[in-house]
Amino acid sequence: MSDKTLVPPPHEVPVVFTRAMLDWLSWLEPMAKEELTERHYAGLVDAARANSEYFRLLVRDPEALQARTRTDKDIFFNPDAGLPRAERELAATAVSRLNGCIYCASVHARFSATYSKRGADVERLLADGTGVDLGERWNAIVAAAVALTETPLAFGPEHVDRLRAVGLDDLAISDVIHAAAFFNWANRLMLSLGEPALPAA
Amino acid sequence: MTDVIDLLVGIRPGTPLDAIRARRPEARAQAQASYAALFDPADPAGIAPAERLAVATFVVAIHGATDVAAHYRGRLAGLDAALADAIDAAAMAAAGKGPYGRFPAGPLSAEDAPGPAWSADAATAAAVGPRLGAAFAHMHLLVFHPRDAAADHLQALLDAGWSTTDVVTLSQIASFVAFQLRAVAGLRALATRL
Repeated sequence: MSDKTLVPPPHEVPVVFTRAMLDWLSWLEPMAKEELTERHYAGLVDAARANSEYFRLLVRDPEALQARTRTDKDIFFNPDAGLPRAERELAATAVSRLNGCIYCASVHARFSATYSKRGADVERLLADGTGVDLGERWNAIVAAAVALTETPLAFGPEHVDRLRAVGLDDLAISDVIHAAAFFNWANRLMLSLGEPALPAA
Repeated sequence: MTDVIDLLVGIRPGTPLDAIRARRPEARAQAQASYAALFDPADPAGIAPAERLAVATFVVAIHGATDVAAHYRGRLAGLDAALADAIDAAAMAAAGKGPYGRFPAGPLSAEDAPGPAWSADAATAAAVGPRLGAAFAHMHLLVFHPRDAAADHLQALLDAGWSTTDVVTLSQIASFVAFQLRAVAGLRALATRL
């Protein structure tokens, strides 16, 4: 007999992009905590992620999850020079806004706002979309993220030139590319395996 | 094993781009580990190696990322040349422009950009079989309009014979490849300016 999808419990769907904390409800059966072995914990990387439905679903393929998570962490958390964390998160937010991942956008808009101290600008990106004017440095990063998100890809040397013109060095430009590329991975998982929900009041 | 992103970009040891990638060593190694986990797993479990490569070939081809597609297609053709040919034809019909899709009903509805779903025609379905036919339809959704995804789309995969765990891996394949081909295109553009 074939497997069946889950029907999420009654919940309120977020209908706007927001920096508020959201829940995520899976459409497929996550692994149960008591089923997790050492191999699965290696896949989760952080043991605390066993509390998340999303990660307990992805850990059904533990090797793929582990490599995904370690790729993610180096792209966003590696503190060795390059693009400031705030702007790596800005690129992640812009990609999520364009693809329409309300959950991903909420998480990374919070990070971007926290690290940049530009909450009002992040809020405008969420409200008005990737065409918003945030000043040339952020506009260049958002435009690069957009060009890397469109299919077929629209990213070219002109985007590199624009990033360099606002002061990004080669490593920082590579960080923009990786942050944007990675969210085209993350958004697709989050959007297609479950749905966001407003936390129960 | 050769680093596949380096291979696809054409990065040689000692070049400026090699040095840039070396500053994010874990991202580089783990992108490669992702490729290995998805396409050369120790235990392929429910998804045969040719099926993994077929799905990746289709995803990259409908992105219009020709050079990256040649990599996956080449590996697939080594296992199943007829399947690789069938994907060429299917991918041509499934190509498009994204991202599009609808938002949850509300203020964002003004930004709705409805667009086509794709499913295998009779010739493709006959050539690739119902399992891969269902997978390709889902891959098209993931590539072009992932915000249209709903539980019913996953049920269609389950009904076609994929398990819950298989669906997780199929989703990782599509999503990883979406990352990989973007990293490759981005690094190639950067290389022209170094």
